[in-house]
Amino acid sequence: MSSLTIWLVFLAPLTSFVIISLIVRPFFSKHQWISPYLLIAGLSVSLVVSVMLFLDTLYTGGPGYNSAYQWIKINDAAIIDLGTYIDPVSSTILLVVVVVSLLVQIYSMGYMHGDIGYSRYFATMALFTSSMIGLVISSNIVQLYAFWELVGLSSYLLIGFWTERPAAAAAAKKAFIITRIGDVGFLIGILFLINHSFALPLSANVNVLHIPDICSLAGTMSAMIVTIITLGILSGAMGKSAQFPFHTWLPDAMEGPTPVSALVHSATMVAAGVFLLVRLFPFISASDTTMLIIAGVGAFTAVFAATMGLVVNDIKRVLAYSSISQLAYMFAAIGLGAFGPAIFHLITHAFFKALLFLCSGSVNHATHTFDMREMGGLRKYMPWTYGLMLVSSLSLIGLPPLSGFWSKDEIMLSAWEKMLHGSVFEITIFALLAIGVVLTAFYTWRMISLTFHGEYRGNDVGDGHGDHSIHESPRVMIAPMALLGVATVLAGFLTNPPVNVGPIHKHWLNDFISSSIVFHHGHHAAEFSVLVAILSTVLGLIGLGIAVYYYKLSQNGKKEPLESMKGFYGLIYNKYYLDDLYENIIVRNILQKRIVNIIAFVDKYVVDGLGLFLGFAVKNVGHVLGLFQNGNVQFYTFVISLGGVIGLIILLMYTPGLGG
Amino acid sequence: MMSLETILGLAAMLFVIGIFGVLTKKNIIAVFMSLELMFNSVNLTFVGLSYFVMPVNLVTDLSTAMTGHVFAIFVIAVAAAEVAVGLGIVFALYRVNGSIELSSDIGRAT
Repeated sequence: MSSLTIWLVFLAPLTSFVIISLIVRPFFSKHQWISPYLLIAGLSVSLVVSVMLFLDTLYTGGPGYNSAYQWIKINDAAIIDLGTYIDPVSSTILLVVVVVSLLVQIYSMGYMHGDIGYSRYFATMALFTSSMIGLVISSNIVQLYAFWELVGLSSYLLIGFWTERPAAAAAAKKAFIITRIGDVGFLIGILFLINHSFALPLSANVNVLHIPDICSLAGTMSAMIVTIITLGILSGAMGKSAQFPFHTWLPDAMEGPTPVSALVHSATMVAAGVFLLVRLFPFISASDTTMLIIAGVGAFTAVFAATMGLVVNDIKRVLAYSSISQLAYMFAAIGLGAFGPAIFHLITHAFFKALLFLCSGSVNHATHTFDMREMGGLRKYMPWTYGLMLVSSLSLIGLPPLSGFWSKDEIMLSAWEKMLHGSVFEITIFALLAIGVVLTAFYTWRMISLTFHGEYRGNDVGDGHGDHSIHESPRVMIAPMALLGVATVLAGFLTNPPVNVGPIHKHWLNDFISSSIVFHHGHHAAEFSVLVAILSTVLGLIGLGIAVYYYKLSQNGKKEPLESMKGFYGLIYNKYYLDDLYENIIVRNILQKRIVNIIAFVDKYVVDGLGLFLGFAVKNVGHVLGLFQNGNVQFYTFVISLGGVIGLIILLMYTPGLGG
Repeated sequence: MMSLETILGLAAMLFVIGIFGVLTKKNIIAVFMSLELMFNSVNLTFVGLSYFVMPVNLVTDLSTAMTGHVFAIFVIAVAAAEVAVGLGIVFALYRVNGSIELSSDIGRAT
């Protein structure tokens, strides 16, 4: 497959972006309806190409590395080139990104209908999608970093899409700044890599910025440097994937339009952190410290985020905490060495979480609120949304035979096997992941129950004829949701079945992912364990049972069952006071009062002082010189004569024989 | 007996008087007259230098011997023309300003 064809997958949506933002938006504002079609056309091209790339990689090993352009050559071992690297990992993620993006764009046509910024929305979405695709196919880590920041930028633009809302602007800023803090670590990691290139022998014949080369680089470095670089990359991944302590931006990011949350903040962009870690897995796994930290952060965040999801009243924020928690499962899996299950969970999660968000958008379309206290009883009015939400929720809980079950089960299985011959650390990891399953089931059912069961509690009674204003969403929204529903049901078993099913090989996706040449001794999928499967299902059912028990008893959710636990409820309701810690203590007290004040002093008295002094000096010198420009010709003549006389005297003084 | 020093000294005195007049007089006609004085001091220098510094044979090299004198005549002619123009301007100024005083307020009157 030619290099140009591969680039097409990235260029097609980029072209849509250019056309929408430079032609449609300024010149055809009356014909905004054309914008989504342009983007969908671009994405269709991408879809065709990415399917071709996926099949090519699956059957013939794929095009691998293609360099398009050498950009900067730092030295022989550090070259920044722009190229594509299509291997099993990237071709799979590419397909998922394009499919979910395409479905979300179709949904957006209905959801964003009538919005003032209709074209702007699709232009930004096109920018996001092309950047995300660029990120996935990048062959060079600097190139990847550029796209990494571009998706961050489009995320910022999309969170703050409704610019008239102060909360959206604040959330956009927060997301941008917090992910940037993580990205600084990533940048430091890249700089360390470049620095390492100077120490390499000429015969090494590697490019330290080339992703497949990085994977084999660990042997040439000291363990200390490997740990520093991997921790830097991990910090970038944690910022993007909203892992503790960088998780605070993701719930706030729900201020953006719901399809954005579905695509950017659950299915694709936040999964970029997981993608990056898997992409560089052989390198990351060379540092035991980093692997321990990844596993620890993952397992901790899985429970930590889930607890906050227990009490939130905003339906999208429940899903946001759920996203953080599920991404944490992927992190934990990577930390335990099971990158195959991590990618598998990334894929199934992309489908069912996108569907959950689209369902919440559909609910919002009907009720005009995200507050679950004002919902309830929507089952009657929105049967399709209810059915699809139920399917995706059960998938999130991890009940068989839905996709979430298979992927979560593989992660649990990896943790289980580590625990069997592991120490206290591995036991803690497994225990945390198991608690996470219970909590996930609880908050998921609480969400379903508050939204769809019981009686309608909102005030939106329409035109006085009862609840007529609440209606099912239009077909353009339901259709992509239904397709995602199909994916939610099938993507798990068909992509990674535990036994051979006819032509479908068992664990084929896992084997396919592991077959990438960078994983020298690939990950062999653990054999399906009925014990673990039953265990994780039972854990899910326990959480589900508790939720059903509580939310049937206190019908209509008048009182939260957890409110009886006063201290704990306050703690999780206030998000463990982490936002207060970050904003009030770190930013306002430490940064603002101490550091910023010193900088402000320097700015005011040194920097400004210099400027003011220059202005003062120029003004006064000008004032003095201005006295000479008095408009009196005779005065001018006098000065000229004086000058002439003085010149003459000097001339005579230096004339030989007279003075000099 | 006249010497070069006497002539140059007289010219310098006339020139300084002229400059003094130009710098101090407020009446534009007086300034003009002072200017004329400066012109004439220069003319005097031309003629004096020509006479004393270049004592060439008048018969064989007349043109060289008369250089200073020719210059003096040119200056007188140009000065006459300039006075004609200058006085015209003074008239025009008088019509506009109603005065021929030199001051920094010139041109600001209505």
